[in-house]
Amino acid sequence: MFLKNILYHFGRYVMMLGTAISRPEKVSMYYKETMRQMNDIGIGSLFIVGLIAIFIGAVTAVQFSYQLDGTLVPVYYIGYVVRDMTIIELAPTFTCLVLAGKVGSNIASEIGGMRQKEHIDAMEIMGVNTAAYLIMPKVIAALVVIPMLVAVGAFISIIGGYLASVPTGVMADADYIKGLRSFFDPFNVTMMFIKAVVFAFILTTVSCYQGYHVRGGSIELGQASTNAVVFSDILILVADYLLAVILTS
Amino acid sequence: MIRTKDIFKSFDEKEVLKGITTEFYKGKTNLIIGRSGAGKTVLLKLLVGLLQPTSGEVWYDDTNFFSLNKKEVRAIRMQVGMLFQASALFDSMTVEENIRFPLDMFTNMTYKEKRKQVDSCLERVSLSGVNDSFPSEISGGMQKRVGIARAIVLNPRYLFCDEPNSGLDPKTSIVIDELILDITKEKNITTVINTHDMNSVMEIGENIILLYQGEIAWRGHRGEVLESDNEILQDFIFASPFLQRLRESALGK
Repeated sequence: MFLKNILYHFGRYVMMLGTAISRPEKVSMYYKETMRQMNDIGIGSLFIVGLIAIFIGAVTAVQFSYQLDGTLVPVYYIGYVVRDMTIIELAPTFTCLVLAGKVGSNIASEIGGMRQKEHIDAMEIMGVNTAAYLIMPKVIAALVVIPMLVAVGAFISIIGGYLASVPTGVMADADYIKGLRSFFDPFNVTMMFIKAVVFAFILTTVSCYQGYHVRGGSIELGQASTNAVVFSDILILVADYLLAVILTS
Repeated sequence: MIRTKDIFKSFDEKEVLKGITTEFYKGKTNLIIGRSGAGKTVLLKLLVGLLQPTSGEVWYDDTNFFSLNKKEVRAIRMQVGMLFQASALFDSMTVEENIRFPLDMFTNMTYKEKRKQVDSCLERVSLSGVNDSFPSEISGGMQKRVGIARAIVLNPRYLFCDEPNSGLDPKTSIVIDELILDITKEKNITTVINTHDMNSVMEIGENIILLYQGEIAWRGHRGEVLESDNEILQDFIFASPFLQRLRESALGK
């Protein structure tokens, strides 16, 4: 029964994506909607992403310095670890988990509300491909904007690590900078962007799916919003593991 | 003209429509009436393709609707306008943006031309000057009129109205009914109205089908309603003792 349920939803999700990927009725309308979504997802999420990123960097620096205490590992390693932890894992994963909560629930509620108020039916009857018009701009906007947010998050995290370790006397400014500049592998940045793109796709499409197929009333809309966050988070974590295995092998 | 041929529709075990075969004529206001749960909304949603029948056919003139591919369905739908029970206006858009939406999506008109078309539709529904209001800022009756303006902005050949009078006072209901009737005559379109408003039946019912438990229990026009001896029809139209006395007095009983 559980497997049947998963297959049913997976099949419906794939079919929805199949319908969504089609030629726009009017490119200018899709462009306008994509720009609106970029603003909502990007500018609308900048503050929360920045706030979380600064603390991620700070906590990583503090905890790593605690672990280094009394060991022979050079202190500048703190900068190196903050940089790589942030770029490889924390910035893409944390940012996208947070965005699944903020953007994902918002998408599911917006599309679900349109379904319940018959807005989607009204568009369908006008001849609009609603799956394409409501989903494609969100996905494109997320694929463009979320990697940017992740990059900004990574940068802010590194600053957070600096603020937690240098002004507090844990290490000297020069040591932190030295750590940041040591053992740099550019592929880690590629890995960060690959993760960001995959997670962005997961969180928008799963949220769109939950909203697009909502039935019933306000309780079902709330459930769809919650499911959007829960399933996005689970799938992001699974994808994170798979990408880690694939990209580091 | 729209024709349905032996339409059946079931939801799980429940059979909602049982072999509906009927015609909706061009240039006439075609009414689907019946009690709540009779299958009116299901039939209307089947006509516009929002639901698929379990079996049966829907013909738009010479085109079998359910044999079309998605692209062809969209081509037919561009000839369709629909007024929803709750108007279904996009609440984050102004009245003008709502009416302009189909023009923005499907035409290459300039902004000036679109504006002119929107103004002409608003004038047609006697709502000039509300362009910049949001749906939440206007009354229910005005929302219905905006819904009609949006439905006719692409000059459709078929107009569907789902309970156009629901939630409106009797005076406003009459205004909406007259508007739908006038537009049907002016544009010579096929209009299908789903209603359980007795006043609509008697005022604009040029071709009426009465649904009862998923089947057509009666068909006719407004002139035949009063004198019909169909018990289901009389029970539905003249439901209250007051209306029954009114009917008896009109028939001179």
